[in-house]
Amino acid sequence: MDLQDLRELAEKERRSQAPRSIRCCVAAGCTSANSMAVLDNLQQAVQDAGLKDKVHVSPVGCLRLCCEGPLVATDPDGHLYHKVAPGDAEAIVAGLGNGGFAARRGDAASPFFALQASVVLDNCGHVEPERIETYIARDGYTALFKVLREMSPPQVVDEVTRSGLRGRGGAGYPTGVKWSMVAKNQGDRKFVVCNADEGDPGAFMNRSLLESDPHKVLEGMAIAAYAVGASSGYIYVRGEYPLAIARLKTAIKQAGRLGLLGTHRCNSPFDFRIDIRIGAGAFVCGEETALMASIMGERGLPTPRPPYPAEKGLWGCPTLINNVETFANIPAIMRQGADWFAGIGTDSSKGTKVFCVTGKVKNTGLVEVPLGTPLRTIVEDIGGGVPGNGRIKAVQTGGPSGGCIPAQHLDTSVDYEALGQLGSIMGSGGMIVMDEGTDMVDVARFFMTFCMDESCGKCIPCRAGTVQLTHLLTRIIDKVATPQDLELLESLCDMVKNASLCGLGQTAPNPVLSTLRYFRDEYTSRLRAGGVVRRALALPLVSLS
Amino acid sequence: MATQTLTIDGKLVTARPEDTILSASKDAGIDIPTLCYLDGLSAHGGCRLCMVEVGSQNRLLPACTTPVREDMNVSTSTPRLVEYRRMIVALLLAERNHVCSVCVANGHCELQSMAYALGVTHVRFEYLSPELPVDVSHDRYGMDHNRCILCTRCVRACDQIEGAHTLDVMGRGVNSRIVADMNQPWGDSVTCTSCGKCVQACPTGALFRQGSTVAEMEKDRTMLQFLVTAREKKQWLV
Repeated sequence: MDLQDLRELAEKERRSQAPRSIRCCVAAGCTSANSMAVLDNLQQAVQDAGLKDKVHVSPVGCLRLCCEGPLVATDPDGHLYHKVAPGDAEAIVAGLGNGGFAARRGDAASPFFALQASVVLDNCGHVEPERIETYIARDGYTALFKVLREMSPPQVVDEVTRSGLRGRGGAGYPTGVKWSMVAKNQGDRKFVVCNADEGDPGAFMNRSLLESDPHKVLEGMAIAAYAVGASSGYIYVRGEYPLAIARLKTAIKQAGRLGLLGTHRCNSPFDFRIDIRIGAGAFVCGEETALMASIMGERGLPTPRPPYPAEKGLWGCPTLINNVETFANIPAIMRQGADWFAGIGTDSSKGTKVFCVTGKVKNTGLVEVPLGTPLRTIVEDIGGGVPGNGRIKAVQTGGPSGGCIPAQHLDTSVDYEALGQLGSIMGSGGMIVMDEGTDMVDVARFFMTFCMDESCGKCIPCRAGTVQLTHLLTRIIDKVATPQDLELLESLCDMVKNASLCGLGQTAPNPVLSTLRYFRDEYTSRLRAGGVVRRALALPLVSLS
Repeated sequence: MATQTLTIDGKLVTARPEDTILSASKDAGIDIPTLCYLDGLSAHGGCRLCMVEVGSQNRLLPACTTPVREDMNVSTSTPRLVEYRRMIVALLLAERNHVCSVCVANGHCELQSMAYALGVTHVRFEYLSPELPVDVSHDRYGMDHNRCILCTRCVRACDQIEGAHTLDVMGRGVNSRIVADMNQPWGDSVTCTSCGKCVQACPTGALFRQGSTVAEMEKDRTMLQFLVTAREKKQWLV
């Protein structure tokens, strides 16, 4: 396929669109609330009303306000329907063009939508994830053609560097620098890997994106492959995301059939194929060295860095590993330019970030805002605050590697540095809101138990340390801990943080440290007086030569 | 590449470019504690006892996997490192059932001597006291999970030196276990060659020869290095 073919395909798809459309969310959240039946009934209702040529019913990806699902939107009316039951289909079709169906109508102009910005999610809820034509009709794959025809690989890397994009997986490493390292390292082969092993409790950004707009991620990977000189790539998806895997498979097949991926892709001399690797449920496989081991068919254990994957990755070759959302930013940067992207966000944190707002909050769902947006705007205006006029106590960001930000810091701007200063991290985008009734020690124990269960067992600080930390937290919750136990908890946190092998162990104490920092009284008020509990050692009292 | 010079504990030492901080220290007579490292096997980086401080960098580095660099300034035993090492050994002692007085490796155990060397006299952590089996199905050797510290020396010896890869790890986290083949009794293993290299590699009483008394349970931990040198350099150095 060449550019002319792509343009013709886009034009054909646009022309064939009916004047009215009904979009029904078929991402995992709404599907689990029976949106597939809603979709079927909508299609049937349109047919029964004899509107088949005038109204198109499309299964689309995430419409963001997950708590109100199944969601249905109509165009050009601009209505959004909440909690649609299969039986509502006829009323929705009947309401097209004449005020809609009032009983289920939500407010499509509410702050939840009005305050969001769309870069990564701009196609979400618009394109049909299983039809590549709908992606192409929205300028899909034009960035890839532009890059292949008009830019040299160093120019692409330079564009990404200038955009100021930072890794969206959590650590926020400058993406351009990473690409440049892989591009400059020599190797017979190079690989591009997309990390879709999203495992943080309460995080579903990557899943929603892959279920809603898989081609955007594929296009981002294809551009990266050209920039760094890779000819094959892997998407590592966790096995718990069957729908995302199915849609990715379809997307890869469709892109391959159109000649956008594979040998001589886009009528260029460059080859790039993408394969899917499915994780078997280990959280640690989101860590890049463990992820690579898993791709290579080994046990998913992390290895010490250096060597970094950019130098020695898959099968010893230079490997670029980026998060799903990082790749999803690339097509827009290439199409609209680094300067446009750098104009969004703060000085050091550019662009937008997708968050999953969950917990004790009115509007749970997918939220994309420019970096630098105050946390209060996200949880109180967009999220709608705690239901029933409760008060927010803290917001947990960054999953088990992150920390709790207390209510007094809600006006903090959400960027990499500001969250770091508060003892939390940006993380991959999980944002759990907690109200006044939340027990912070219990929160710390929840995340510590998670890390204990997910520790791979390779290094001692993480394997045995997380178990002891969980025990100490349980002692505190059970009110049997002494001040010495708290002291031991803090020194053990320090050791696990500094001595563990990989990111899982190194960040496992963060939820404890951050709750200790802001809610120390919840720990100290449960301590009982008492001496040091020392356990006698079973070593024999003979001296060894 | 030329030889590197670096400072370890204030002492100027030289190293080959392929050296790690651990091997350079060993050459210079500076002892860094290790449990999962064994000469002749690949580095594992799991026990974290060999963590050292480099320069003014706050991040600690494992000596066994970190390559030397010119002008590196390494400290191997600052108070912080010693405290971490004590805590790691205490964590191991609390993790499984390490009862030296009734252990086959009493007196010849690296964990035991490490605890003595680091002055671990008490454990403040809760003993987990898991209920673990002892596998004595093998004709000549036994595997006592109660004494295992999951250093994976046996796994690496079996894979890298003997080439059998009978042993591996199953499960994860604190529930990890060394298994033979597809988690079957060791004696039923069809791949085990009964070479006993795993037993020689084991730092504790987790792997032992059946029928040996405690006094006889001395292990030859230089055997693997001897084999590797003989194979690769054709030198029979005893």
